[in-house]
Parts: sequence; C-alpha cells; structure tokens
Amino acid sequence: MMDNKEWLLKVENLTKIYGEHSVNTLDKTGPLFNSNQCPETGAIVACANIDFTLHPGEVLGIVGESGSGKSTLVKLLYFDLMATAGSACLKGYKEDNTNILEVSNQQKRFLRNHKMGMVYQNPRDGLNFRFSSGGNIAEKLLMAGNFHVGSIRERASYLLESTEVPVPRMDETPESFSGGMQQRVQISKAIANNPPLLFLDEVTTGLDVSVQAKVLDMIRRLQQDLNIAMIVVSHDLSVIRMLTDRTIVMKNGRIVEKGLTDQILQDPQHGYTQLLVSSLL
Amino acid sequence: MVEEKKFHRQFNYAFIDERTKKEIRRKLLKAVCIPGYQVPYSSPEMPIARGWGTGGLHITLSLIGKEDTFKIIDQGSDASVNACNLRDFVKNTTDCDTTFETSKATLIQTRHRITEEELKAHQIMIFQVPQPEPLRGVERYEKKTREMHAEADYAKMWVSLYESFVRFGDIMRGAGYPVKVNGRYVMSPSPIPRWDIPNLSDAECLYLFGAGREKRLYAVPPHTTVEPLEFEDVKFKIEQFEGLKCEITGEQIAFLDELYGSDGKTTHVVNDSDFMNQIKEKERPIQWVNRYLTEKIEKTFNKN
Repeated sequence: MMDNKEWLLKVENLTKIYGEHSVNTLDKTGPLFNSNQCPETGAIVACANIDFTLHPGEVLGIVGESGSGKSTLVKLLYFDLMATAGSACLKGYKEDNTNILEVSNQQKRFLRNHKMGMVYQNPRDGLNFRFSSGGNIAEKLLMAGNFHVGSIRERASYLLESTEVPVPRMDETPESFSGGMQQRVQISKAIANNPPLLFLDEVTTGLDVSVQAKVLDMIRRLQQDLNIAMIVVSHDLSVIRMLTDRTIVMKNGRIVEKGLTDQILQDPQHGYTQLLVSSLL
Repeated sequence: MVEEKKFHRQFNYAFIDERTKKEIRRKLLKAVCIPGYQVPYSSPEMPIARGWGTGGLHITLSLIGKEDTFKIIDQGSDASVNACNLRDFVKNTTDCDTTFETSKATLIQTRHRITEEELKAHQIMIFQVPQPEPLRGVERYEKKTREMHAEADYAKMWVSLYESFVRFGDIMRGAGYPVKVNGRYVMSPSPIPRWDIPNLSDAECLYLFGAGREKRLYAVPPHTTVEPLEFEDVKFKIEQFEGLKCEITGEQIAFLDELYGSDGKTTHVVNDSDFMNQIKEKERPIQWVNRYLTEKIEKTFNKN
C-alpha cells in the first residue's frame, strides 16, 4: 500500500483563500501565528499548501479542530468550492496528470458522477428531500447513463439493503427517516456507481453513540468489500482510529503532522496533535 | 400604415414598429439556429396583457405579410374567444386574409394544440407558450435552470419522471410532456397533449414558440428530431381514447374532447374544429403520420 507508484489521487499545493490576499498572506497566517486571518488584508486562509497522495483502497483521515480547513479541503476536491490555487490529479482520468480542479463544469459533473462519492455531515446537503430515497439514488444512476427503471430500482434496493435501510421504505422521502437512516441513504447514494473515491465529511457527528457505531461498522465493511479509497474528515479521533490507515492533522488551514494513524495516536510529534490525543484520553 | 377609423388612429403595419419586428425576427433566426434553446427577447407592450397570447402574437405580427393567410386556433377551436379576438386584431392591423381551413393557411397561431391535419413546408405554426422553462417544476431559480441547460444537466428532470413512475405507476404528464430537441436541449412543447408530441419531430413545417410573459422565443426547425423523454422500460404513450369515437362524425382517430351533457352523460367530439368540419362537409384531410398514431389505428381497426 505504501508503494509510491500506486496512487489514486495526487493533491499539490491546494489553497483556498477568501478575500483579497497580499504576497505576505500565506507567511503571516497558519499554526505559528495561531490564526488564519491575514493581518494585512483581512483575508481568510481556509487551507493552504496542502500536499498529499492517496493510494487506491486506502483510507486517509483528516483531523483538526473546527475551522482548521478540513471540510474545505474535501469540498474543494468534490468541486463544491473553487480552489484559489493548487492542483489535483486523479488516476485513470484522461492522462492522469490533468488537473481536475480546472476542467469544465461538465467534466467536473462527470467526475462527480462516475469517479467520486460524497457524504456530508448534514444529510440535507447530500440528499434532495423532495425526492424519495430511491429517487435520490436514481439521480446518480441516471447521470451515469442508466435509463432503465427496473434496473435502477434493483440497484437502489441492493444498496439500501447493504446499508441496512429497510427496502420497503425506499419510496418514502428521507424526511420521514431518522438521522442515522438518512445518513445511510446518503452513503448508498454516494457509492451507487461504485466510485473509486469516497469523501466522508463528519459523517457520524450528531448521531447517537450506538447509531454511530453502526454507521462506522457499515463504512468499514463497504470499504473492505468494495475496496474504495476514502478521505475521512472528522474532529473525533476515535472515528479516525477506527477507520483510517493514514492521518493528516490540520490546524489553521495547514498540515501540521501526517503519518500512519497508529503512529500519530501513539507518538504525536506536533504540540497540537499531542493536545488532541491527550484530550481524547 | 393602417388606419383605425373609429378612433382615427394610425398604426404601423401589423401594429409593432419595424425595428422591434426586426429584433424579434433576429431572435427567431437565433432560435431556429439552436433548436430548443430559449432566446430572450424584448416582448414589447401589446393591447392585451402579457400572458394572454402575446408571445404568439409577437411572432405572428413580426412575420406576417400582405400575401399571408392567417389561421388561429385555441385548443383546436377556431371560434373560441381567445382565437376570435386575436384574429380580429391581426385582421384589423394587417388586412390580410384569414381562414378556418388548415390547408389554406400559411401562418397558424395556436394555443395548446397542433392541427390534426398534416402541415406542409410552406406553413409556420406559432405556439402561445405560458411557461417556456421545462425545468421550472424541478428548479425554481432562472440562474440555475440556465446553467442546467448550458451544461445539459437534466438529472433533476429525469428523477422527477422516475418519481412520477414510482408514485403513480406511469409518467403522469398530460400536457406539456418534456421533449429533447435535436439530441441536446430539453424543451417544453407548450401544453399540447401527448397526442401532438410525435408530430413535432421531423416535420415539414417550422414550429415557433413565443412566451410573452416570460420573454422567451424558441423553435423547432423542419426535419429536426424531437424525442419525448422516456425510460428504456417505461415508454412515452399518446392518449388512447379506447372504444371512444366522435359523437358527430364517428371519427375514431383524432384527439377527442369530453363533453358533459345536462343529463350528466359524457359524449366525445373531435377537438380540432376544422378537422371535424372537413370530415362533415368534404372529405377527411390528410392526417399526420407517426408510429404512435399507426399503432393506434392498427389497434382500433383490428379490434373492430
């Protein structure tokens, strides 16, 4: 897995800045200054100079306190936000070295529908509550060119079954579901087209502990069954410990530490990580 | 110039001034060049309120010439109030010939129907469109729908059809069934019944659509493919009128209106008034040919 030739997603120098920035903006913000607001222009650096490589089937964790830029990072990669600078390349898309952050909207939608899945913290962001649960999954399948109602319903039932949502309720809107079920419908939708890459943004936040455990269990099972590469964003170290192989620790929009999850949890190097780990225990 | 004697007023020929007519014609050219694409236009003030057929009227008045013969129908009828008033208006401001006979007309303005009789290459059909945006039902913001058209992102439209099938067992769109024009734009065909949809495809005549209130023009040029949105296993169907026939002419292969009598009984008559008159008085005009109609004819006459 650590073989560097085998990669799926390569992210370089990914940066997102809100507002007008000067040449010093990046130098005067970050964990050293404990701030992500530029003292000169007032620009907010949501994340900056992010580099990492994701391997096929690998699970990468991103931890950090709120405002550290971890959600911004996955939203940039899922095209919900426009990056200020940086590049991301996806293996198997065009000539492997195409910067997917700069392709046309149509191509971005193609990538979202065929190569990626996203599970948001709030199911309302990932699901359309006016459509039925089956319809939400159908949206992904339709966009990948499946126009056969029978096979769409078959696939939707299969996905809901494997995420433990009662199949007889597939034609109800997610509105009538519990939070945990909504989250599982969202996961079904995200993996509908067997994407090689899945983003999970604080998926268990706001769920009660037993439901959290169930959702995490399911994600781990899906990951093992389908060998999907995942980027798991969480502020909860126990989620990170349970799911991920490698971890990136972020603070004030920068990466402060990265390495194997076990290593980071056992022997944190950076002061902030030490604080995180000690507050877990 | 056309003079109106009653109030001693003078109008430009066909009411609208020449520059505005030119603008509308330019927009129509653009609409023809990009089949199914909604072109914004000026929608100038008319003596009737926007949304009462002004879009159709703008197109008619900007195209009409002295040698044209004008016909106007409202849901198939030449004699309904909307049709009569607009016909009088066009007649008064242009002095051109008007007719009820489909085959004699060169310009046909219509509300919610295509004629039962097949149209030829020299004829133009002009629709009065209430809502030109097929995606409005699934997306309320104009900015978004324009983006969706630009990127051919019709996912929401498809999901709404899927939802309709799941809820009701069929795609429940009576009038205004969404169509894809020339393999690119999804278009609202204006609220014509499904019966008329196949006739939009690969026709000899030019179809123009005007939405006055929404300020949009669009077009289906001759010999352009127009496909109703359908799934591989849930197909588009036209109205069947199984076992029904026209009370007056006995016609079975035409779009029928349901009428309620004072005794509570329902009868059916041919919706297209000129088509019915032709059958009654002369002979049956040549109807459109499409595979849905052929199926209907086979089904009807094999049974009998």
